[in-house]
Amino acid sequence: MIKKLFTVLALVASSAAMAAGGHTVHLDKAPIDLTDKESLQRGARMFQNYCLGCHQMQYQRYSRTFRDLGIPDDVGMATLGFTANKVGDHIKNAAPKADLANWFGAAPPDLTNVARVRGPDWIYTYLRTFYADPSRPFGVNNEVFPLVGMPHVLQELQGIPYKATETRLVDGVPTEVDVGIKTDGSGELSTEEYDRAVADLVNYLEYVGEPSKLESRSLGIKVLIFLGIFFIFAFLLKKEYWRDVH
Amino acid sequence: MFKNFMSWIEYRMPFMEKMNLHVMQYPAPKNFNFWYFFGSLAMLVLVNQILTGIWLTMNFVPTAEGAFASVEYIMRDVDYGWLLRYMHSTGASAFFVVVYLHMLRGMMYGSYQKPRELLWIFGMLIFLVLMAEAFMGYLLPWGQMSFWGAQVIISIFGVIPVIGDDLTLWIRGDYVISGATLNRFFALHVIALPLVLVVLVFLHIIALHEVGSNNPDGIDVKRENTGEKIEDNVSDKFTFHQYFTKGGKKIIVDAIPFHPYYTVKDIVGVVGFLFIFCWVIFFAPEGGGFFLEPPNFEPANPMKTPDHIAPVWYFTPFYAILRAVPDQLFGAIFMFLAIIFLALLPWLDRCPVRSVRYRSNLHKANLTMFCISFVVLGVLGVLPATPTYTLLAQIFSFTYFAYFGLLWFYSKNEKTKPLPVRLS
Repeated sequence: MIKKLFTVLALVASSAAMAAGGHTVHLDKAPIDLTDKESLQRGARMFQNYCLGCHQMQYQRYSRTFRDLGIPDDVGMATLGFTANKVGDHIKNAAPKADLANWFGAAPPDLTNVARVRGPDWIYTYLRTFYADPSRPFGVNNEVFPLVGMPHVLQELQGIPYKATETRLVDGVPTEVDVGIKTDGSGELSTEEYDRAVADLVNYLEYVGEPSKLESRSLGIKVLIFLGIFFIFAFLLKKEYWRDVH
Repeated sequence: MFKNFMSWIEYRMPFMEKMNLHVMQYPAPKNFNFWYFFGSLAMLVLVNQILTGIWLTMNFVPTAEGAFASVEYIMRDVDYGWLLRYMHSTGASAFFVVVYLHMLRGMMYGSYQKPRELLWIFGMLIFLVLMAEAFMGYLLPWGQMSFWGAQVIISIFGVIPVIGDDLTLWIRGDYVISGATLNRFFALHVIALPLVLVVLVFLHIIALHEVGSNNPDGIDVKRENTGEKIEDNVSDKFTFHQYFTKGGKKIIVDAIPFHPYYTVKDIVGVVGFLFIFCWVIFFAPEGGGFFLEPPNFEPANPMKTPDHIAPVWYFTPFYAILRAVPDQLFGAIFMFLAIIFLALLPWLDRCPVRSVRYRSNLHKANLTMFCISFVVLGVLGVLPATPTYTLLAQIFSFTYFAYFGLLWFYSKNEKTKPLPVRLS
């Protein structure tokens, strides 16, 4: 009886795991490193140059980004702060919101928390799986976000990506097989450089999603060490008192 | 100096008298085990929720336009705001973890049985208010899951015949969930329900101290004093309040004063709990997407339904029961009954033996099956309702309710083991 129950439980747990990973598209693991300030700075520059035209980070202030990424305020304002009047301003753009929604079919979402909503792996894969599709208004489609309204804004870096196929023998029959997305090489970056640039951007988005994360980890270790030591003394105190009882 | 001050107080208010009655000279059975930590832990979490809640309120803006942004303001611009918010959000889940374990303790050792029925009822009321409190709190960050989760749960009231629609309108204060709903939920969440909660906790403890704490053996520590000497009685070493000894009419056996023995023991439990609690706060505040759900980092959007709406994990066992029943009205009734039956346990269980230690194997199996049903229903409530999952939810809903039916049936003439004379 009990054994049967555990079998059912295991079944439920395993199907739960399957349902949770319900994406049909495999997501590549984003190489996140929040301690890599140079990567975060490059990511911030990418965001300002390529994303901020349409997307905002309306809850994050320039000053916070500068402070956490180790950028002096005056340098930051000169190089990154082109939508800011003051260093304390939020990272917003002046794009006409209603027009954007008309142009792209949907309003470009705010990206402050995008890494917490979608997960870094999703963004990392998304930005690397645009492919040419003449049936779409901007000539591109996406593997993880089919029929996406966003054009491939990083095309000048990646070149024109296309879905590559190869003729292979499958069960003795020559068949066109999907071999992933390749680029025509017209971009400024090689495939490795492009992946690295996207990784920087995703790293920055991950940071902005939770700017307190590094502080949280370092404070957390101190708190746990304190509690660990406190536990020993609490336990010894209890033992001492309870000698009366035992 | 201090002594004079204390006697000045005592002359005007029985402070030390009440402290002795409820803390220093309160007889607590000496054999409390691991399961007895969760009552004090629930109080700790309540204090945590109230304190962090007060500070969050200082920067929270309870309007549909400002709520989401103000939470982000707390997370980014308020000093240690992220910590306050994570303590509060993790505290909500921790509250249900400790309360569920606390309730399981009561079920294992028959702590609801006579004379602790009222104590159990107060506990069930605390549980109900806690669910309302958590539900209303979850709307406040005004994220996608806040909005749509509330939409689903409030719509449950809509299945009630005749008054359903008007009732949901009355709860929301609008035809859809809106700023009006947010405003009233804020008022209820920060003032009304916490007040009720604190009063109920007070009553819970007063009722507990009147009938005395149960223990893992389920036998009484207060006995009629027949003048017979009881061997090896640890209680002889201590002074207990005469309220409990009734001026010598009662004798206390195998119990020790709550303070210092259980205060120092509870500190160990508190530190152990805090270790896990803080680990979540500092290293996994989303709780794997169960404590803070990913769609909730997106502001509420009435025009865009999330792919999959699931209530927060602590509601999912009951949500699974709701979905398992094909008819909406009966689903809601069964969900309600799932809680009502728990409240009726003192009367459904007719066995004179309290603790599971001395009860029949049938009862042990039944209780184990109940726990498994509860956990499986909790898992199923998170998952989308596919035909297989719905079938499983129906099976485990049946075993959930079967616990109460079987218990009522076999408990009257249950084959129990002999009770020990003294606490082990």
